[in-house]
Amino acid sequence: MLKIEDLHVEVDGKPILKGITLDVAAGEVHAIMGPNGSGKSTLAYVLAGREGYEVTKGSVTYKGQNLLEMAPEVRAAEGVFLGFQYPVAIPGVSNIYFLKAALNAIRKHRGQDPLDAIDFMKLSKERAALVQLPDQLTKRSVNDGFSGGEKKRNEIYQMAMLEPSLAVLDETDSGLDIDALKVVAEGVNALRGPERAMLVITHYQRLLDYIVPDVVHVLIDGRIVRTGDKNLAKQLEREGYSEVRDAQAL
Amino acid sequence: MSSATEPIDEILKKNYDAGFITDIEQEYAPPGLNEDIVRFISAKKDEPAWLLEWRLKAYRRWLEMKEPRWAKVSYPEIDYQDICYYAAPKSKDDAPKSLDEVDPELLATYEKLGIPLHEREVLAGVAVDAVFDSVSVATTFRAKLSEVGVIFMSFSEAVQEHPELIRKYLGSVVPVSDNFFAALNSAVFSDGSVVYIPKGVRCPMELSTYFRINAAKTGQFERTLVVADEGSYVSYLEGCTAPMRDENQLHAAVVELVAHKDAQIKYSTVQNWYPGDENGKGGIFNFVTKRGLCEGERSKISWTQVETGSAITWKYPSCILKGDDSVGEFYSVALSNHRQQADTGTKMIHLGKNTKSTIISKGISAGHGQQTYRGGVKIMRGASNARNYTQCDSLLIGDKCGAHTVPYVDVRNSTSKLEHEATTSRIGDDQLFYCRQRGLAEEDAVSLIVNGFAKEVLKELPMEFAVEAQKLLGVSLEGAVG
Repeated sequence: MLKIEDLHVEVDGKPILKGITLDVAAGEVHAIMGPNGSGKSTLAYVLAGREGYEVTKGSVTYKGQNLLEMAPEVRAAEGVFLGFQYPVAIPGVSNIYFLKAALNAIRKHRGQDPLDAIDFMKLSKERAALVQLPDQLTKRSVNDGFSGGEKKRNEIYQMAMLEPSLAVLDETDSGLDIDALKVVAEGVNALRGPERAMLVITHYQRLLDYIVPDVVHVLIDGRIVRTGDKNLAKQLEREGYSEVRDAQAL
Repeated sequence: MSSATEPIDEILKKNYDAGFITDIEQEYAPPGLNEDIVRFISAKKDEPAWLLEWRLKAYRRWLEMKEPRWAKVSYPEIDYQDICYYAAPKSKDDAPKSLDEVDPELLATYEKLGIPLHEREVLAGVAVDAVFDSVSVATTFRAKLSEVGVIFMSFSEAVQEHPELIRKYLGSVVPVSDNFFAALNSAVFSDGSVVYIPKGVRCPMELSTYFRINAAKTGQFERTLVVADEGSYVSYLEGCTAPMRDENQLHAAVVELVAHKDAQIKYSTVQNWYPGDENGKGGIFNFVTKRGLCEGERSKISWTQVETGSAITWKYPSCILKGDDSVGEFYSVALSNHRQQADTGTKMIHLGKNTKSTIISKGISAGHGQQTYRGGVKIMRGASNARNYTQCDSLLIGDKCGAHTVPYVDVRNSTSKLEHEATTSRIGDDQLFYCRQRGLAEEDAVSLIVNGFAKEVLKELPMEFAVEAQKLLGVSLEGAVG
């Protein structure tokens, strides 16, 4: 599904990612863990196509195509979804109107007819229930005045609506209390499937108690220094990133 | 990292859809302005002597006045002797009697503009008075309206058919000497629309006027008068377009509204005059005086405007709240792209007791556009318990545009309550990227964000025009980001 090879990325001329190689197959959930400033969010943004991130070396192949050549909206239409760490507000645009425009843009790209209002509302109700997103939040302006937890639930609700093939979730756990975390994790788990790959980016192991990954990568200073199974996350929690880094140095 | 505004700087390569020129025979007055031209226009219209006198008085006042330069707009000197003050489509009959007699070229023009002029548009429920350059070409649905006693016709016709109405109300809200442009208009106005809604009548359809400037080097000076008698209601909409020309053209209109006791007037404008090109070449100078008088108790006047066109906009639709418990509203979206400059806002003058006014202004600046909200709220001594709520929001797209807010408040009665809120924000890369990540193309994303910003105002427009206005905002910003 996703093949990253020797990816080097600079921001403002400063190297952030220094040779990432990663292979994610359909149906797999990979966790990327790392301390602040290790390049986790940069990886997420590069995959989604944000401007200002310069790929100086390496390649990213998604479903056999060169992902880096696609505009952000084409990536979205091809099934790449980014759950933002800090979702922005769009005042005056209702959540549901926004999502309908997005969903129908994606359907158009795929050669499908737009969903009519009735089918859309039906789908929306069903998917909002997955993350216990109150009905009124689907009608409010996108993320406008939402609490931190509501924003994150809204991201997962949007993911559920857009049904991506590759979901990149950037620190979806940050700012969530334990109950909200459980709700969000349950939503994510409900969306796991053989056709869908997920890249779960997190600072803490806590989230991985609820979203159990198939593979865990440790990203430090722009490089993946360790790769293992879910136990690696637990080890990190016990020993801290510096231990892993030092062990790597030996 | 690229500069934060770079993606935003590029979508502004807009094509002006209404910029075609119609090739029809026109009749012109020679350029220049003097008493003879004023007499010529009046004679062309076969006007009564009192009206000619009124025009001449205005002309003489105008000669003594100075062009106002206090607005935050800059433009070259206007040579008032280089402008044609009268241009009319030449027709064998002086006035077409029905749509069949209207020049087919002209009808084709309106069709290109998407104006529902034919009777088949009955379904749309819109009665249209179309003013082409200076002359009103056709008024649809007049018969149907006259059944309920509604007068809706061109100014010239109204002068002939209802002189007492014109004489009573002309200049009653905007006196000839009100300001430089109003005086100029009063001297040379050549047509416009007149609406009268009788007592207790709710006008059965939206009334609308489309203005189009076609002839080169011609000014357009139309006048609109809307009178709503006791307990009546009318919703009126005007739309405007002009061809693309390299030179600037002058538009100086006057609109007067009078709402009697318990009457309500809703006046909406979708203004899309040619804004000039990317470098500020050409475009309409739009100097307009609009004022409504809430004459009677519990009367209400609402101005709603969507201003996307014109090189220069100078316009302050205002309300004089004379009747006790009368209500004035002003909802505005103004957009300045490229080199457009808009200085627009409103005045709410509270005279009566318990009068209430609401001002919602949304300014959008992109490219090198400059946008000024200028508002005045005046609470006079007798206006006990008057209330005003003002909200001015500015949205910036890119880093070369500007937004300015100039609110004046003058309160002379201590029982009044005023609130003022203002915000300035910009379309950030964050918002754009968020939308694109969800699958929306960049231009659709800009349009979505801008429409969200303007929503409070757009929802005040009659439904069919709200859709048009939404599209217009999108089109006007094409090329603003990229």
